[in-house]
Amino acid sequence: MTDATTTPPKPASQLREIWQQFRTHKGALFGLIVLGILILFVVFGQFVWDPPQRLSDTIKMKNQGPSLTAPFGTDQLGRDLLLRMIQAGRVSLAVGLIAMLIAIVFGTFVGIMAGYFRKLDGPLMRLTDMFLALPLIPLLLVMVMLFRDKVAGILGPELGAFTLIVFAIGITSWMATARIVRGEVLTLKEREYVLAARSIGARSNRIILRHILPNVVSPVMVAATLGVAEAIITESVLSFLGLGFPPDFPTWGRLLYDGLQYLQIYPERVIWPGVAISLTVLSVNYIGDGLRDALDPRIRGR
Amino acid sequence: MLTFTLRRLLLAIPTLLAISLVIFLLVDYAPGSPLSDIPLTVPPDVRQKMIEAMGADQPVFVRYLLWLKQFFWIEPMTQFDYWFGTSYMEGEQRILSWQTRSPVFSIIGERLPQTLIVIGTAYLVGILIALPIGIYSAYRQYSIFDQAGTLVAMIGFSVPTFFSGTLLIIIFAVWLGWFPTKYDTTLEVTDWASFLEQLRQMAMPVMTLGLANAAAISRYMRSSMLDNMSMDYVRTARAKGLSERTVVLKHVLRNSLIPVVTVIALGIPSIFGGAIITENLFGVNGIGAALIGAIHASDLPMVQTLAFIFAVLIVLFNLIADVLYGFLDPRIRYD
Repeated sequence: MTDATTTPPKPASQLREIWQQFRTHKGALFGLIVLGILILFVVFGQFVWDPPQRLSDTIKMKNQGPSLTAPFGTDQLGRDLLLRMIQAGRVSLAVGLIAMLIAIVFGTFVGIMAGYFRKLDGPLMRLTDMFLALPLIPLLLVMVMLFRDKVAGILGPELGAFTLIVFAIGITSWMATARIVRGEVLTLKEREYVLAARSIGARSNRIILRHILPNVVSPVMVAATLGVAEAIITESVLSFLGLGFPPDFPTWGRLLYDGLQYLQIYPERVIWPGVAISLTVLSVNYIGDGLRDALDPRIRGR
Repeated sequence: MLTFTLRRLLLAIPTLLAISLVIFLLVDYAPGSPLSDIPLTVPPDVRQKMIEAMGADQPVFVRYLLWLKQFFWIEPMTQFDYWFGTSYMEGEQRILSWQTRSPVFSIIGERLPQTLIVIGTAYLVGILIALPIGIYSAYRQYSIFDQAGTLVAMIGFSVPTFFSGTLLIIIFAVWLGWFPTKYDTTLEVTDWASFLEQLRQMAMPVMTLGLANAAAISRYMRSSMLDNMSMDYVRTARAKGLSERTVVLKHVLRNSLIPVVTVIALGIPSIFGGAIITENLFGVNGIGAALIGAIHASDLPMVQTLAFIFAVLIVLFNLIADVLYGFLDPRIRYD
């Protein structure tokens, strides 16, 4: 206790500590950089690369190899492939993000309800178990097949396909989050501070919002990161099987599917979208790995 | 253990019923069903007859119960009749495919061997690749081999099978020309030459699925080995003077395999799901391809039945994994 008189060092902010730990994970840093470049590419790509396309030119322009005017070449309808990659990437990433958001919000809601209210625990967890036993890919395919025309009739073909697929992926991938959150809530609600909050008369919704929710953020964030990767893969599987997005509103999966027919002559049409999907998923997985370490205070202290 | 198994079996029944109801209602209430798009030019009385002929004028729960009866009673008994030459189910209505008007289960019976051959081999190859890699990376943790293994496994997780399969096609079929791009289902293995041909056409789908599985399983094997390597009994075994080989391959490996075996059992149903993609890519005429074909043709009985069979597989292998875990590891018997 001799050094009690010296001023204690300024406590590092938590975000800063998390960032310090995150930086030590080489894979995560690599993932962050690659994902950043990919996001820049799809968001701002069209401002840099937007070749004018006249309808009369497209016949002459079709099936060209890589050149200065079209770095990735053009497709069978004369459309510039670099431009299509940019546009498709925007949709792919948007699908991943929004489907993940739906899954996370729903999963967290179910998890908190099941963990906090004992009466709901049994039924909600049985529901989760049932969803886990559903054959997801076949079910998603069936949902898209059956509801595609109806939803497209209401919202238009592009928005319709987007809404349907995002919603379908979202409501079939919330189960992991719900289970993680439930486990966390079960331990959190026995803590003293929750007891204290209850003893001064705080209502359940206040306890959940102010005391429990902030403490389940870190496992949810890791689940969210991995959820993006999963949603992007699921969407591209649907597109790959021909039950995804329409060809004039492509995603990377759809571009790959379109390229398959020309696989023998123009293999690069399959490779570019495939590499883009794989790189995105790989970097997101690495970021999730790094986040898991960085958000875990037991590892962070060391 | 027996009571636990029986209880799990009984619990599986309501789960399966709930899933069958979900699948049935989803397909039944969907706006895209073919009954909803009978052309307007068809006169109302003919339309009524069409709906009656398909049994679609009955209330939902009647149709659901009928479908359950067909699935759980008529179809198994028909198989029973076929095996033993009896005729209990003579004249009973089987589940008919709308595409071919033939019973769904005979189509599945024709397709299933194709799927099982390719997928079974792929899973086996995946396990055979994964186990040694997992064992060695755990034994030499943080070595170059381990780091390379981690990287390759991460890539294996992240590259979707439809892309890795396509890459294999480009490299080995288009550029090198070693393997055929499409799987020939009609090939019959009669002699050595046709057997080699079968091996050649199986190589790419098996590698695609096998590598994807190997990535996951090798990680499980590695972490399970690492958990056991620091146990006291390992130190005891070394202290006794047992050779390193005996310690690792006998004492540690046997204990580490317990969770891995359950993971392998749990992975089998998802393999069938993933096989849908591989079968489509390589043109293997299995049940995954049958599902996609049925979906594109709006063949609802086929889709319902196949989706439900996938669900049965998932529930069944979850059960097997649970029972197997308790059976292999006496510490966590559930009774």
